Amino acid sequence: MSLTKQTGGFIPRDRDWQPEALTPPYKTSIKRSPQAPLLSFPSTLSEETSPVFGHDLIGELDNDLILNYAKNGEAAIGPRIIVHGRVLDEMGRGVPGALLEFWQANAGGRYRHKKESYLAALDPNFGGCGRTITAQDGSYEFRTIQPGPYPWPNGMNDWRPAHIHFSVFGHGFAQRLITQMYFEGDPHIKLCPIIGVLKTQEAVDALTAPLDMNRTVPMDSRAFKFDIVLRGRRQTYFENRKEGL
Amino acid sequence: MVQKLNEYLRESPSQTAGPYVHIGCTPNATGINAYGGDLGSVMKTGPVQGEEITVKGIVYDGTGTPLRDAMIEIWQPDSAGLFASANETRGAADPNFTGWGRSSGDMETGEFTFETVKPGAVPFPDGRMQAPHITVWIVARGINIGLQTRIYFDDEPDANATDPILTRIEHQNRIPTLLAKSAGSGEYRFDIHLQGPSETIFFDI
Repeated sequence: MSLTKQTGGFIPRDRDWQPEALTPPYKTSIKRSPQAPLLSFPSTLSEETSPVFGHDLIGELDNDLILNYAKNGEAAIGPRIIVHGRVLDEMGRGVPGALLEFWQANAGGRYRHKKESYLAALDPNFGGCGRTITAQDGSYEFRTIQPGPYPWPNGMNDWRPAHIHFSVFGHGFAQRLITQMYFEGDPHIKLCPIIGVLKTQEAVDALTAPLDMNRTVPMDSRAFKFDIVLRGRRQTYFENRKEGL
Repeated sequence: MVQKLNEYLRESPSQTAGPYVHIGCTPNATGINAYGGDLGSVMKTGPVQGEEITVKGIVYDGTGTPLRDAMIEIWQPDSAGLFASANETRGAADPNFTGWGRSSGDMETGEFTFETVKPGAVPFPDGRMQAPHITVWIVARGINIGLQTRIYFDDEPDANATDPILTRIEHQNRIPTLLAKSAGSGEYRFDIHLQGPSETIFFDI
């Protein structure tokens, strides 16, 4: 199925499902949230096109956060995990060639950033960023260490659950998305004001990755599965035919 | 009861980019040397067609304070109105122009800068021409879902006057929030206000 046959406009974003801009328990949103209504329009070529990132962009260790900042044959410290899944559109079709960029704290909950002040130690062998491009069926995987929870200034004692940030490019700029992946069973999920901006338990579940024993590497790494869904485009019956049918 | 529309999935919920978005998206700007340079830092990969321009601006919060932890991305056609995209079917875009830029802004002042070209016009779905514009996407700590807007140009009054979107805006007194202001010699200013009396018009497209 060729992408250029997906000629319809993007299906409107479901603003009842997505978080509101103003979510007072997450205090920073109060002065950073627009107050006027958004101006709604059907997508145009400006939103239906998107930059193209070729597989040749990706370096050998870009999807291996255990090794991509490590020196002298060492490795990042922490629980070794594989994160894998598929990027799909709202019709359930895999999105090939999607650029995923991810970033995270180290196993102690510390980010490698000038403005970060948490007292947990930096890991000299962990940078905290990686990227990959999805395969023909929309699948991806990368290796990292499980990040730690950390405190952040919001309430007097707010802690972020362990999480990995994702930035996603599909095939249209209208699909541009940033989100976060959480880990099954984390007790901080229920307490977090940033997760609290999600309106339903279903939305929280959509960002919570289950342990996937079938993809673990025995005696090496556990695995978590995280699928990502991007906006889909309207189609007519004929545009929807599978190649060869 | 009716049959369920159960073949559809829901878009992944958005979450804030947080204060450390630059680790993932512009690592070199934070001192993490990776990838041989930050994606989107260069839009012109060789001699380009059309008018070369510079767009600078600052994103302000509702108190008038600059955001120093935002990430701004722009996407636009080349000077002939063609996109460097796999979904572009109307012709081949300028091979030396990517059309896509990404900036973390200056870590102290928050000012972002894009070295780009003046975009050509692109049709609306009904065939009418839109005024030249650049698509903008803004994420930051405190922004739960990326904000979309557009940069139009204050030195394109005729095209702006017939643009299918600009002409449909009810509050015409807000249109200046979408206009990059020409300072001459290819320099434009486009500040973004998240909130307040001069709040930028944000789009749901």
